[in-house]
Amino acid sequence: MSAPLIEIIGLSKAFPLRGGLFGGIRGDVKAVSDVSFSLAKGDVFGLAGESGSGKSTIARMIMGLTHPSAGAILLDGLDLTGLPLALARSKAVQMVFQNPGSSLNPRRSIGQSIAVPLEARKIARADVERGVARLLDMVQLPADFSTRYPHELSGGQKQRIAIARALAVEPQLIILDEPTSALDVSVQAKIIELLNELRRSLGLTYIFISHDLSLMRNFASRVGVLYLGRLVEEGPTRKLFEAPAHPYTRSLLAAVPVISAEEEAIKPKAPIVEGEIPSPMNQPPGCAFHTRCPLAFGLCDQQNPEAYWLDGDHFARCHLLAPDAASLGAKPIETLKRENAG
Amino acid sequence: MSASVSAASVRISIAYQNWHRFSRNPTALIGAAIVTIVVLAALLAPWIAPHPDHVGAIVNFRVRHQPPSAQYWFGTDNVGRDIFSRVLFGYRISLLLAAVVLGFAVPVGATLGLLAGYFGGWMEILIMRLTDVALAIPPLVMALAVTAVLTPNLLHAMFAIAALWWTWHTRLIFSITRTLRHQEFVEAARTLGASRFHILFRELLPNCASAILVKVSLDFGFVILIGAALSYLGLGVQPPTPDLGTMVANGADFLPDRWWESLLPGAAILFVALGFNLLGDGLRDLYDVESVR
Repeated sequence: MSAPLIEIIGLSKAFPLRGGLFGGIRGDVKAVSDVSFSLAKGDVFGLAGESGSGKSTIARMIMGLTHPSAGAILLDGLDLTGLPLALARSKAVQMVFQNPGSSLNPRRSIGQSIAVPLEARKIARADVERGVARLLDMVQLPADFSTRYPHELSGGQKQRIAIARALAVEPQLIILDEPTSALDVSVQAKIIELLNELRRSLGLTYIFISHDLSLMRNFASRVGVLYLGRLVEEGPTRKLFEAPAHPYTRSLLAAVPVISAEEEAIKPKAPIVEGEIPSPMNQPPGCAFHTRCPLAFGLCDQQNPEAYWLDGDHFARCHLLAPDAASLGAKPIETLKRENAG
Repeated sequence: MSASVSAASVRISIAYQNWHRFSRNPTALIGAAIVTIVVLAALLAPWIAPHPDHVGAIVNFRVRHQPPSAQYWFGTDNVGRDIFSRVLFGYRISLLLAAVVLGFAVPVGATLGLLAGYFGGWMEILIMRLTDVALAIPPLVMALAVTAVLTPNLLHAMFAIAALWWTWHTRLIFSITRTLRHQEFVEAARTLGASRFHILFRELLPNCASAILVKVSLDFGFVILIGAALSYLGLGVQPPTPDLGTMVANGADFLPDRWWESLLPGAAILFVALGFNLLGDGLRDLYDVESVR
């Protein structure tokens, strides 16, 4: 494995919770706790999880829109956490936002929006115009789109514009924050295809945030599953989808709707988790998932599980994977399958 | 080629739709017509006034206190000057006053509002508390105080009104900017390395433009009213320069018999204030700007 392009080490974010008469700090919201992962150049890292699991907070910390409480973000060995949100940082990392409708200024033409990063770098007027045309071409839109306004465009076209704008500074890493969740399925496929082409031709690296696991399976090379701000399982896409180790990953995969019988056969059999994700203001002790876990046993509400490595590159945080789990009263993971089949 | 043609036609059709909606709003149309008439009358006053020489300090006692007639449409005043001609020239002063006051208040107010709304924190506290203090002083009282200290004239009246008028624009732009601050397009601009100047004036300000336009249109009427009130009290424009407020004050001595001398200049004030208000209301409906009072 080549040296990683980006390394996230122990990244945490706690938002202070203010209240009371004088606005003192009463507690905090642990949005992200001790998240670590790394990815090599050209990889696509998928971050999956429910709403409120901290996906977007991680993206915002890497972008510099939110300051981490702890941890480091190393890009090519350079720590980004201390860097302010400035030109130097924006050159390295770019982001495509979730909602193409609100990520483009409604009062500015497409050309003006794409030109923002170019003008910020004091590029000459004529070169800016050429640059805009070239970027539009890269996302397969005609050059005369530059005179249009966002309201004249479809959602897919707007998202292409957002991608073009992110590409303008030739970044090494692009964070895709649910780039297709606001789009029709047919448009989604085209955007994913475009992103794949751009990745191959420009040697880009992506962090792909989504709750759409079937999309992630086709797009990401590694997947991390977030639950309540913690990375509960991480591994290469194939291993994670074929042999999910964490009960949460299993129930997520079980919840993906499938069409064919073959797909149904390889899908893990696990009950769909009930209820809502607990509030990050009021995190349960022990494993964050124990309140909803069908296999929770004695240890789970006591102690936060450590990461158990299944292979060199696949881990999960679950007490069931401990070598002595059975002696502590845990039902083996396989019982889930049997109970479901019966 | 076809794409650009369709883009252009889309834009034309939007302009047409706006005009269509505007033209179906009778009060807005009346307002626009009144404003057009007043602005044209003020610009063309030296050429269209029946007695342009009556603007200055001339006396013509032979025709003093004449009631409205074909020769003197609004009658004549106590020294025999044509009131209609003086009203036309009075509009020049009123519009100049409002334009200067707003020409100062809008850029200052908008910039402060953008700064407070975008940066928040101590910047917001400083600017918005200063605004609250300034808002607590009624513009008319401020104008009375300023002109009592300095000599009463048009310039000082403008200064006094402008010194407080920016507060309304600061509040308006502040409230809009605060809601826009966390929009994705602002964060996108930040992540793209755009400067603060760019974000404030190229990303945020264009989104305030329609609210500013509506507010300015409404403000024109109010500022003209305040200017007329100051002149009425003798604290604004000084004779012999024709001013609507001064004319109402002079004519008031001869009420009710020679009603035209004060009522008709008064009606002229009403006419222009009403026009700007109707236009502002129409624009507000057109742009659907709720935040402007």
